[in-house]
Parts: sequence; structure tokens; C-alpha cells
Amino acid sequence: MDIAQLQAYGYFTLTIVLVIALYSYIYHLYSKKKDVDGVDYESYSDMALKDDLDDTPVSPKSDEKEK
Amino acid sequence: MENRPLEYDYTVAKMFMLTTIILGIVGMLIGVILAFQLAYPGLNLMLGEGLAEYTNFSRLRPLHTDAVIFGFTLSGVFATWYYVGQRVLKVSMAESRLLMVLGKLHFWLYIVVVAAAVVSLFAGVTSSKEYAEFEWPIDIGVVVVWVIFGMSMFGLIGIRREKSLYISVWYFIATFLGIAMLYLFNNMAIPTILGTAADGTSGIGAWYHSVSMYAGTNDALVQWWYGHNAVAFGFTVPIVGMIYYFLPKESGQAIYSYKLSLLSFWGLMFVYLWAGGHHLLYSTVPDWMQTMASIFSVILILPSWGSAINMLLTMKGEWQQVAASPLIKFMVLASTFYMFSTLEGPIQAIKSVNAIAHFTDWIVGHVHDGVLGWVGFMIMAALYHMAPRVFKREIYSKSLMTAQFWIQTLGVVLYFTSMWIAGITQGMMWRAHDEFGNLAYSFIDTVTVLHPYYTIRGIGGLLYLVGFLMFAYNIYKTMSARPVEERELQNASPMGA
Repeated sequence: MDIAQLQAYGYFTLTIVLVIALYSYIYHLYSKKKDVDGVDYESYSDMALKDDLDDTPVSPKSDEKEK
Repeated sequence: MENRPLEYDYTVAKMFMLTTIILGIVGMLIGVILAFQLAYPGLNLMLGEGLAEYTNFSRLRPLHTDAVIFGFTLSGVFATWYYVGQRVLKVSMAESRLLMVLGKLHFWLYIVVVAAAVVSLFAGVTSSKEYAEFEWPIDIGVVVVWVIFGMSMFGLIGIRREKSLYISVWYFIATFLGIAMLYLFNNMAIPTILGTAADGTSGIGAWYHSVSMYAGTNDALVQWWYGHNAVAFGFTVPIVGMIYYFLPKESGQAIYSYKLSLLSFWGLMFVYLWAGGHHLLYSTVPDWMQTMASIFSVILILPSWGSAINMLLTMKGEWQQVAASPLIKFMVLASTFYMFSTLEGPIQAIKSVNAIAHFTDWIVGHVHDGVLGWVGFMIMAALYHMAPRVFKREIYSKSLMTAQFWIQTLGVVLYFTSMWIAGITQGMMWRAHDEFGNLAYSFIDTVTVLHPYYTIRGIGGLLYLVGFLMFAYNIYKTMSARPVEERELQNASPMGA
């Protein structure tokens, strides 16, 4: 197998892998609805809507909770 | 120690707002001059024979493109980052002396590089690579500015209170990484003084000249991988980042689907980088690469429309706001132009369409409905939203803003419609032949036919510039308008009559 053929197979495989990754991601987002921290993805919109310095963060950094 | 409550610090954002406006005026003014030079070539000598070297089309053209890309747009990106970044991460730049120093250093070094770029381009010093004309010493300056921007950005992210990164931040990070990679690889060059010619002479040319590390087809491929992705990571990614913040914030509506925004992000990242080859259809690059670029360009409609539709649906049930607020008008039209130009681009990238469109004014029209309608409108909307908050004053005049909106919209429409007609006319005339295969027209025949459309394009550009001056005036007057209370700044921006 010459280099061009290898490149072609490599490229094809990469495309398939990335397509599978993207569709898995879609499936993951819409089936789980929440991320690992248990926060609903949709509530992240509040990061823009409630963005004053004294607004409560949607998911505060853990070290901040202690203060 | 003073015991004032902590506030967001917009010092650096304000500095970049200023350069957004100034460099926008410069870049657009040169653009209008260029448009009229194409319609009336005598204008190449507008300041007389003696200064023709500095006023001709070819000397001014890179100044136009670089001023609007690296001046207006990048300043807008920086200004919005230093505003949005703090707010969605819920951390003030005032909390870190280092970040303030980095932010100001970022601005002042940027000014130095802009000055060097303007002087060198006016002097005709160029590496002759489109959108990458700067010679190596300036390139190094650009890299330093970019690295400081990155340090500033990741520094702020590092001290954030909000654990998750808002979708806009993803886009700003992608802008940083994307441009860094593109700029470095496309500008790889060897200073000529380090080279040795075939006859043994060394130390050739001025110290600032260089030759690209790539040649021929490879150079073309790297150049358009860079060129098209400069559109991706300069004109699309950060502007999408802006609209994801400013439209929900100004309208008070949550993003229609946050999940769709994540999905569109990864889709855009995956697909965009492969599409640059569509600039080289029917050239000497391998055929499979041209086909791949065509296919990826068409697929690009999906993530682009994913974001654009997400923004339009964010306004679901709230369309009265579009009628009521000129600021929302700007953003909704920007989103619409984004949909429109991301449909037009893939159409042009289809091989059979490209056979007519390639090298014609239709391409110029496509670029401009994207940058004037999408990038320009969104950046102006962002600055309009920021102005009352950074100056703590209401926007000076709502009616001026509305008038500006309609004048500029008319300008954009005149621009792209004239370029459609011109481009397709050009493409058809170039390929027309008689029954023996002789070309039906010479080049000058097309020039004569296109004259009216070039004039209309110039008028369209002039209207846009007039609107931009109205914008600059409105922002300037905002600085002395009625002061506003904190509660007036929740969502819809306060505006004077």
C-alpha cells in the first residue's frame, strides 16, 4: 500500500470516527439532558441573563462555596 | 482601603471600543474610495500624479482589507471579550492587577502593531500574500499581541466564579486557538537576507523582506486554508460568540436551545477547517481535494444555520421587540444575513456554480453581504449594548439609531444585488463563445457593461459608511447623555429619543 492509499483510508476512517463522535454527542445531549454536575444544559443560558457580579452562579466553582 | 463594592472593570473594553470605531471608519472609508476607483478609474489619481503611488487601487486594497479585518473586527472581538468575558465568568478584571496590566499591554502593543502595519502597507512593503501582507517583523509583533490576548483570556478564565464556560466563551477560545494556528503556519517565511542566491550572493534585499516557505500549489493550499479560515475564526466564530451573549441579554430571553448551541459549535469546528479548498476549484490542486472542499462547504450550512436559527428562535413570541428596539433589529438582521451568506457560500462552492462564479464580482458580493450584514451589524449592536453599561449613560438617540439601521440596510442591499448582477454577467460573458469556439467578448467589453453596477456598489458602500459615522456620533454623544440607574440596565438598553 502506498502513502496516498494510506492517507485515503486514514482520512476516510477519521471522517467516520468524527461523524460517530458527533452523533453520539447529539444523542448524549438529548437523552441525558443534564451534564455530569447534574445541571440541566438549558439552565446555562442564565449565565448570560443573570450576569451581575453578585448574581448566583449557575454552577459555582467548588472552592467558592466554602467562602 | 476604600470599601467600595466590587464592579466589573471595563477600562480595556472601552479602549478597544475606541479602536473598533476609528479603524472601522478608516477601513470603510478606504473601501468606499476603492469602490469608486473601480467605477471611475480617474480617482486613482485623486491627489495628483505625484501621490498616485499612495492613492492607487493596488496600494490601498490591502489597507482596506487589513483595516476592516485586523482593525475593526479584531478590535470588536477584543472589546466584546473584555466585556462579555468578565460578565459570564462573574469575575472582575479589577480583582487581578496582573490581568489589568496584561489587558492594557494587549491594547497598547496592538496599537503599535496597527501603526507599523499601516505605515508599511502605505509604503508598499508587503509579502504579497492576501490578508497576510505583513512582513516578518510585524508578524512577530502580531504573535506577541496574540499571546498576550491568550494569557489575558485564560487568566480571567482561571480566576472565574462560574464553573462552566458560557457558550460565547467557547467561541472566543476557538477564535484564539484557530487564528493562532492559521496565522503561524501561513506566515512561515525566511528573511531574504538569510538566503543565498544560486550565484553565491547573500544578504539579498532589505532586512524586512522575506519569502514564503511554501511555493506554487502548496502555497495556494496553505494560503486558502488560512484565507478561508480567517473568515471562519475571524468573521464567524467570535461573531457567533457575540450574538449568543448579546441577543439573549438585550431581549431578556434565554437561548432557544442551549444544547443546539453546543452541537453547532462542534459541528462548525469540525467542518469549517476543510472548506478552504473551494477557493481553488479548477486550479492545480488535486481533484479529490477540490471535491472534498465542495462537500464540506455544503455541509457547513448545517452548523451555521444551527446557530442562526437558534438565535431567531430565541426571539420566539417576542417579535414585538424587533419592531420596538433598533438594537434588536440590528441583531436579528445580522443573524438573517448570517443565514443568507452561509447559504450563498456553499452554493458558490458547488463546482458547476463555481465555473461561473470564480474570479467574478459575485464573490466580492458574497463576502460583503457577510461582513457588512453580519459582522458589521453584530459588532455595532454589541457596542450599542455595551455603551450604556460601560459609560453608565443611556444611548444618545434611538431615532438616529433607527435611521442608521435603514440607511445601512439599504447600503448592504445595493452592494450585494449590484455585485450579483455584475458577477453573473461577468461570468457569462467570459465564457461566451461563437460556434467556432472563439470568445465572444474581450475583457474590456465586460468592464464597459459593469460600469453602472460598480457605481451602484460604490453608493451602497457610501451609505454603509454614512451609517457607520452616525453610529460613531451616537456612541460619542452617549458619553455625555443622561446618566442611568443600575436597574435600567437589566435587559433592554436605555435609549434617548
